[in-house]
Amino acid sequence: MTIYLLKRLLIGIATLVVASLVVFLMLEVVPGDPARLMLGMNASDAQVELLREQMGLNQPLILRYLDWARGLLSLDFGRSYTYSVPVIDLIKERLVVSFPLAVIALTLSTLIAIPVGLFAAARRGKAGDTAAMAVAQVGVAMPNFWFALLLVYVFAVWLRLVPAGGFPGWSNGAWPALKALILPALALALPQAAILARVTRSALIEVLNEDYIRTARAKGMPMRAVLWRHALRNAMIPVLTIMGLQFAFLLAGTIIIENVFYLPGLGRLVFQAITQRDLIVVESVVMLLVAAVVIVNLIVDLSYAVVDPRLRARQ
Amino acid sequence: MSLLEIEKLSLKIGSVPILKDIDLSIAAGEVMGLVGESGSGKSMTALAVMRLTPALARMEGRIAFEGIDIIGATESQMCALRGDDIGMVFQEPMTALNPVKTIGEQVAEGIRWHTRASRAEAEERARKILDRVGLPEQKFALTRYPHELSGGQRQRVAIAIACALKPKLLIADEPTTALDVVLQAQILDLLKELVSENRMSLLFISHDLAVVTAMADRITILRQGAVVEAGDTARTLSEATHPYTRQLALASMHVPARVKPHGEETTENLLEVANVTRDYPGRRRSLFSRPEPVRAVDNVSLKMKPGASVALVGRSGCGKSTLARMILALDTPTSGAIRFRGIDVTSGSETDLRRARRNMQVVFQDPYGSFDPRHTVERLVSEPLHLLERKPNRKERRDMVGRALHEVGLNRSDMEKYPHEFSGGQRQRLSIARAIITRPKLVVADEPVSALDVSIRAQILDLFAELNQKLGVAYLFITHDLTVARAITDDVLVMHEGRIVERGKTSEVLDHPQTEAAQALVSAAPDLHRAIARRLQEQG
Repeated sequence: MTIYLLKRLLIGIATLVVASLVVFLMLEVVPGDPARLMLGMNASDAQVELLREQMGLNQPLILRYLDWARGLLSLDFGRSYTYSVPVIDLIKERLVVSFPLAVIALTLSTLIAIPVGLFAAARRGKAGDTAAMAVAQVGVAMPNFWFALLLVYVFAVWLRLVPAGGFPGWSNGAWPALKALILPALALALPQAAILARVTRSALIEVLNEDYIRTARAKGMPMRAVLWRHALRNAMIPVLTIMGLQFAFLLAGTIIIENVFYLPGLGRLVFQAITQRDLIVVESVVMLLVAAVVIVNLIVDLSYAVVDPRLRARQ
Repeated sequence: MSLLEIEKLSLKIGSVPILKDIDLSIAAGEVMGLVGESGSGKSMTALAVMRLTPALARMEGRIAFEGIDIIGATESQMCALRGDDIGMVFQEPMTALNPVKTIGEQVAEGIRWHTRASRAEAEERARKILDRVGLPEQKFALTRYPHELSGGQRQRVAIAIACALKPKLLIADEPTTALDVVLQAQILDLLKELVSENRMSLLFISHDLAVVTAMADRITILRQGAVVEAGDTARTLSEATHPYTRQLALASMHVPARVKPHGEETTENLLEVANVTRDYPGRRRSLFSRPEPVRAVDNVSLKMKPGASVALVGRSGCGKSTLARMILALDTPTSGAIRFRGIDVTSGSETDLRRARRNMQVVFQDPYGSFDPRHTVERLVSEPLHLLERKPNRKERRDMVGRALHEVGLNRSDMEKYPHEFSGGQRQRLSIARAIITRPKLVVADEPVSALDVSIRAQILDLFAELNQKLGVAYLFITHDLTVARAITDDVLVMHEGRIVERGKTSEVLDHPQTEAAQALVSAAPDLHRAIARRLQEQG
């Protein structure tokens, strides 16, 4: 078990190192000189050269990489070229929106998907299954901004239960902030739930054909109890894998939803940084996401071992 | 009144009739054997009693258990019966237990469900029944998981689950078919003891007449979903008045007529295995110590003459398949050498291997799993031809495939078909055709008939005997089934815990085994003659 985890941890660290190299080199080859961008088109070559000197852009590549990597480790991401504030502050500011949004969306998606998957699997081939999977199919196919607009129309414009957009910040108490996140989280969660429900259903159906399900039925357990107690846990591995992938997506792949709801999230930060050639912000956010994916994958690997005792025994 | 009464039970899946007018009754405390070949409806009859039939199955007729109408009962009535009054043990112990739950949880679950006992009480009862089925606490704590247990141990857990609440009727569906003969004998003894201790009735399903005879007071013989004959076990089988019963009994004792291959006696060995050992990396116990290797094959030496027929027998896990894989050069020995017709197959040279492989082929146990379902028979059977020195052209290839098919008793025209168009026995013929197409000098057959019904099995054994004689091909039969060894081999090697512990003429070793391992195999092997005789003697 410890060996299994240590191995996973090492793989995670190696992933981070490789990713940092790729990110660093990619942005090196992107055209556009950050010093020139900061100073504007009217600056003289001498001024640009001076700033390049100050920013360390003239140093050899390897030194700049090491410098940058050392900064990452101490959470010092450098200063944004456009905002001239530490990148870490920008990220923190956005993370307080994006992280809760991702967590709420993933929770909602799981809470919807697993019961739907169980419902459909228990009625395989019957009307209930067909209906549930038809709805899920629509959920997969429909873009999430369309859900978002529908949700805004129903809950914000028509019922006036929640604001249509914007984010009041956490300083005014948790409730207004949460209220602002509910609709975007729901809009994000529905398509994810549709995918997850299909995965849950097919994993369950596969498990329901196993001999041990028949053994459980022969003990006198009704189908419902067999589904919850025997089938679900065995079907969790593919479900957990998809959930891990979804969380990474929800953390920063949400730019469209952030735009629909005027949320100051990470997605918008990256988008703005790219258009303004604020490379240091782009690099930092990408590295943050890589780290998030690595951590989530570690958690997923750990949960595999929790779910399946055979993995605990294996090396 | 009988405990279980089945009258005119018919079952259809869609419009396909599976069971036709089955009549069967079991009195309290009685053991009923249900015999038949695959597809005869034995398992479906058992599932009908539990009402665990597939969703699309429709039943007609009457099944009464203690007067309760099973077909008409509500699902909650059935849940109350299952596991409490009727317990069931299935064939495949490796997959019958939930891999993510401890054995304690799985045994206690049914107890809690039916008796509403507290967790502690249920666990105490689970502990008692596990002790009873031969899984004592010191080695088999409730917290063990199924993957930590062997097949035989898992089947004991499955029996504990089925018997935990002392059901009035126990259904055992081929409970020992997946186990080796020694384990089979142990599990059968356990079932007998439990049945007599708790005065249970037992519906015992098997394809093996010898096993059923040892277990059952009465038998019912099924064929194609209908009852062929039913009655007292010993009388039904010893008199064998019904032609199908006689056919089954004869087939299960079938010994092919064999003449020694007429090839000239040579001193040259076809195969030489010298001091071969195979270690596998063991499980790592801690970060800092090297894992202890597991020795699967331990210093084995053997020789085979051309045209010889040799059995390699032993219990499951004794290393016989590992040894076979090394002979086929599918695995490399940790130490030792294997020479086939003078070629060292362990040297790792590709040209040497090609030369060797041309002359040795393999037949596996499972005729379903060893063919790609999307390839035609022509392609499948001609697979080994790429090993030949000169690639045959299309016409030559078709000729060779046609001849191989003819030799195994199939038609030339079968070459255009796909594997699913053949029955299990025909598929095993196909894999034999594939094995002999290169005219090999050695065929390694790993349990080649154990997945087949008795009558098909007799035919395939005949085919092996015939080819041995006609083509002079040598056989290495890997099996735990001594009747196969007896039927078709001249020499036998008994393997135990990675070593060959006894060797000699098949009849001598099997009649007068010297070592403990061989004696255990021989005494556990089911034998129809002996079983009938014993039963007649008991009845006086």
